[in-house]
Amino acid sequence: MSTRGIRIEHLSKRFGQGDTAVLALKDVNLQVAPGEVVGLIGPSGSGKSTLLKCLGAVIDPTAGRMVLDDAVIYDGGWKVRDLRALRRDKIGFVFQAPYLIPFLDATDNVALLPMLAGVPNDEARRRALELLTALDVQHRAQAMPAQLSGGEQQRVAIARGLVNQPPVILADEPTAPLDSQRAMAVIRILNDMARRFETAVIVVTHDEKIIPTFKRIYHIRDGVTQEEAGEGRGFD
Amino acid sequence: MISLAGRDILHAWGKFVFTGVGLGLLIGVTLTMAGLYRGMVDDARVLLDSSGADLWVVQKDTLGPYAESSSVPDDLWRGIRTMPGVAQAANVTYLTTQVGKGSQDVRAMVVGISAGEPGAPGWPPQLVAGRQITRGHYEAVADLATGFRLGDVLRIRRNHYTVVGLTRRMVSSSGDPMVFIPLKDAQEAQFLKDNDAILMQRRRTEANPAFNRPAVPGLLEAVIASQAGNAYVNAVLVRIRPEATPQEVAEPIRRWKRLTVYDREQMEGILVGKLIATSAKQIGVFLVILACVSAAIVAFIIYTLTMDKIREIAVLKLIGTRNRTIAAMILQQSLVLGVIGFVVGKISVTFAAPLFPKYVLLVPIDSVLGFFAVLAICVLASVVAIRIALRVDPAQAIG
Repeated sequence: MSTRGIRIEHLSKRFGQGDTAVLALKDVNLQVAPGEVVGLIGPSGSGKSTLLKCLGAVIDPTAGRMVLDDAVIYDGGWKVRDLRALRRDKIGFVFQAPYLIPFLDATDNVALLPMLAGVPNDEARRRALELLTALDVQHRAQAMPAQLSGGEQQRVAIARGLVNQPPVILADEPTAPLDSQRAMAVIRILNDMARRFETAVIVVTHDEKIIPTFKRIYHIRDGVTQEEAGEGRGFD
Repeated sequence: MISLAGRDILHAWGKFVFTGVGLGLLIGVTLTMAGLYRGMVDDARVLLDSSGADLWVVQKDTLGPYAESSSVPDDLWRGIRTMPGVAQAANVTYLTTQVGKGSQDVRAMVVGISAGEPGAPGWPPQLVAGRQITRGHYEAVADLATGFRLGDVLRIRRNHYTVVGLTRRMVSSSGDPMVFIPLKDAQEAQFLKDNDAILMQRRRTEANPAFNRPAVPGLLEAVIASQAGNAYVNAVLVRIRPEATPQEVAEPIRRWKRLTVYDREQMEGILVGKLIATSAKQIGVFLVILACVSAAIVAFIIYTLTMDKIREIAVLKLIGTRNRTIAAMILQQSLVLGVIGFVVGKISVTFAAPLFPKYVLLVPIDSVLGFFAVLAICVLASVVAIRIALRVDPAQAIG
């Protein structure tokens, strides 16, 4: 079976030791194919953020297996030496708030990632401009984050997540601060970009407006995931 | 790779510039303190240079004439003049006092020099205006720093003097400008009593049967005359012959005249090592305090700037920025702040130095040392902020 995109098997995460131990993730199984956008939903405290941090190689899972783009990155322990490079090159992040670097313009906010990876500045900026054009914010390329609207900031943040063409994008409540129209626009962009760049996108959300747009949804409850089919409205 | 520090500074330039100006004023004060110390040392050297002496002959076992009071008879110079290796010898008196002009006065060091012997030790070596003292009384040569001009009439004790010449940068070891007057006037000024005191002393002497003996005519007048005059000077300045060494000239004077003799090196040691030692220590303590305050300010500012960016730092770490890139950003900002501060400080002290009443000597090496000290302080000051930044958990960006 192909493991392009991302596949998680029996992932668990325990915080603390002994009597005070908390099992935040018990048995998480999840697979997202390239070009697919899935929703990850669940109530507060269900383990969504913990799962996102494990997938983002920010915290260490306790057990399980993670395969990313045909490479095992975790199997009872990290199989990758440089987690920082893994995050930079293989995982894109889109946050609830855009969290753009306030002292870099839109282009450099996007170009920073390839620059960190050693791509020459001109090439990095060219890639950034391409993405900003694809996301229809090329006219704001030289604007500082404070000069951008909320929707423009979020599109720049999406461009930053995509710029290194990672096999997976983790989006944490990307539509939370947006109205319905803008929220749908962001989901549309994520779907378009997923297809265009063959990227697997996991969207953690509470947002009732966008849940019907997912074809597949993972419910997480008490640290256990359950897959179900979504309505997949609007993005065929 | 773009410079994150540079972009952040450009983005918040106002904050950096204003902070840098504040820091710069502090650095300016630090440089001024160093300049004051250099100025004091330079004043001491100028005093020795301007005296034109190779040897200072002073009262036995004293550190005179600058660091302690010294009193030697005013006819001593004749004997010293005949000693082997001595080219010139001249009496000199020093008296730091208020010199008046009209209703105002300035603090000055009044130097008594033997009138009519230009070029003798103790005489001002160069004048910037006017002429040297040629009359035995009531002429003066003043330093420009006193504010006097040619033709001004100044008052020292009860006597008035006309300024006939002006010098530049002739100062005492404490920075007071010099006023040269004829030796006899200076000797009188040193021990001048008011009229009432003179009358009282005469009456006391007349009432003393030891001095007022009917059988010894002229004794009382002689005693009164000796009390009224001053036959002492503070030192004899000696210029040696080119072929002689200070040691070989000084030794016979010590041995046969029973006096203390200092050469140039010893006198500089007294002035710099003893006379201004306390002031130098005081300035040193101030420098340490100012360095600590500067470090604390830079550390606080960099700490605050870093704390303002915790979320951005978490994002940077999450997207794969290396720790050294983040540390370099904070360090560079700290260094830039230091450089701005140093430039502002250097410029401000350059313009402010002439306004200080004391001589502030800005030596290039002090600026170079100061610059590197500022950089070192900035590096140290950024350590706390860097430690905080490196401890930021990238997970904070996820929530």
